[in-house]
Amino acid sequence: MRRVRHWSVNNARWLRWVYLGLESCLVMVHPLLRRLGYQRLDAGFARVEKLIKGFLFDSQSCGQCTLGETGMACPMNCPKTLRNGPCGGVRSNGHCEIDPGMLCVWVASWQGSQRIGAPESTIQVIQPPVDVRLKGSSAWLRAVRKRLGVD
Amino acid sequence: MLFDDEPLAGENLPILPGHDSPGRFERVLRAGQFAVTAEIAPPDSADPQEVYARAALFDGYVDAINATDGSGANCHMSSVGMCALLTRRGYSMIMQISCRDKNRIAMQGDVLGASAMGVSNILCLTGDGVQSGDHPEAKPVFDMDCMTSLQMLKGMRDQGQFLSGRKISSPPQVFLGAAANPFAPPFDYRPLRLAKKVAAGAQFVQTQYCFDIPMLKDYMAKVRDMGLHKQVFILPGVGPLASAKSAEWIRNNVAGVHIPDAIIKRLSGAEDQQQEGVNICIDMINEIREIEGVSGVHIMAYRQEQRIAEIVEKTQVLGARTPWHPNR
Repeated sequence: MRRVRHWSVNNARWLRWVYLGLESCLVMVHPLLRRLGYQRLDAGFARVEKLIKGFLFDSQSCGQCTLGETGMACPMNCPKTLRNGPCGGVRSNGHCEIDPGMLCVWVASWQGSQRIGAPESTIQVIQPPVDVRLKGSSAWLRAVRKRLGVD
Repeated sequence: MLFDDEPLAGENLPILPGHDSPGRFERVLRAGQFAVTAEIAPPDSADPQEVYARAALFDGYVDAINATDGSGANCHMSSVGMCALLTRRGYSMIMQISCRDKNRIAMQGDVLGASAMGVSNILCLTGDGVQSGDHPEAKPVFDMDCMTSLQMLKGMRDQGQFLSGRKISSPPQVFLGAAANPFAPPFDYRPLRLAKKVAAGAQFVQTQYCFDIPMLKDYMAKVRDMGLHKQVFILPGVGPLASAKSAEWIRNNVAGVHIPDAIIKRLSGAEDQQQEGVNICIDMINEIREIEGVSGVHIMAYRQEQRIAEIVEKTQVLGARTPWHPNR
């Protein structure tokens, strides 16, 4: 589904708005989410996310989404799972050193980031290393709690 | 080059104010000298004499030696092992750590061990994919990336704690390095990537082979516009090509190396192609040293390590300086 992935990067600007809008909506219903129980909701949300993000971004469901900061390109599609920019092996045609048939995830990410603008608050943010325990869990619910500063 | 406060030949120096490591490499750079580093090829052997013999080729010509960590994803003696042997002889080492083979637990342990052995410089790399080496069936680790490993090592040194937050009783005093490749896409992002590495903790960078001066100049102009050359020491990578045929092979098979047609043409037109490769390297260094914001060169002379002496002598990049080496 690389064609859809490329479409998403080409439409990164408004997709990011949708993404941020969704996050704000979820933040607004936080009291309800809390009453229902984040833990109980996690599996359901994760399934929905996998469907939507899997289709649009080839998301690998790492559970700690960076899409809004990586030009709407999922960095976990990089064979080295790099989350902070391209390695030095990118081919002269912009393709991946390991998978020559694939456009480098970070070449795509940079294209998406340029559409979004504000590199300092997106692609230049240093992403922490992946917490492998979170794989398969809901990144959206985690983002809500992170924004509100609650557990 | 000797410093007045050098306690014993080859032993680490006292840490000066504003310095992070007890090493000679940081001293040379912060003193504003044009530095030369070289890459040592680790042997496919358990014989220490092979390591000593390879290092001796650089005696008096380089300020620090990069011990590669499974470069090209091929199996060789480990960078930790190389550093253990060579620091004992007093060599100034740059230990490379690749994210391909080790997770955060192994990396942090290696950093403590290396620092205890006298390694003063550590270079964090992503590492080539396992597919490019002799064990393509291996499991790639990539638990960290070069950015997060720089940050992790900076935290170990400056905050005195592991990534977990647990305290380190005596933090590793290391000068932190990174790699850069101005010659691979996305070109206009590359200077920003350097800025990100500096923010993560990089204090010096060594670049991929430079065979295209206009491209490097373009990159350096952007780097200067961002003021990065004042925050990080930049050592462009250079090296002698053995022949037009090998240049062609490298261009087609080694990820991230950009060799313009003009270079291959110049090689193939030469009577002695190997000498012409050295001449090109000398020309590159002479042009690179004139670029504002460059602090030295990193010579990668794979299988031609014996030519480094000639390259350094002919370019006179060290001036009247002779870097410390054992057995003087």
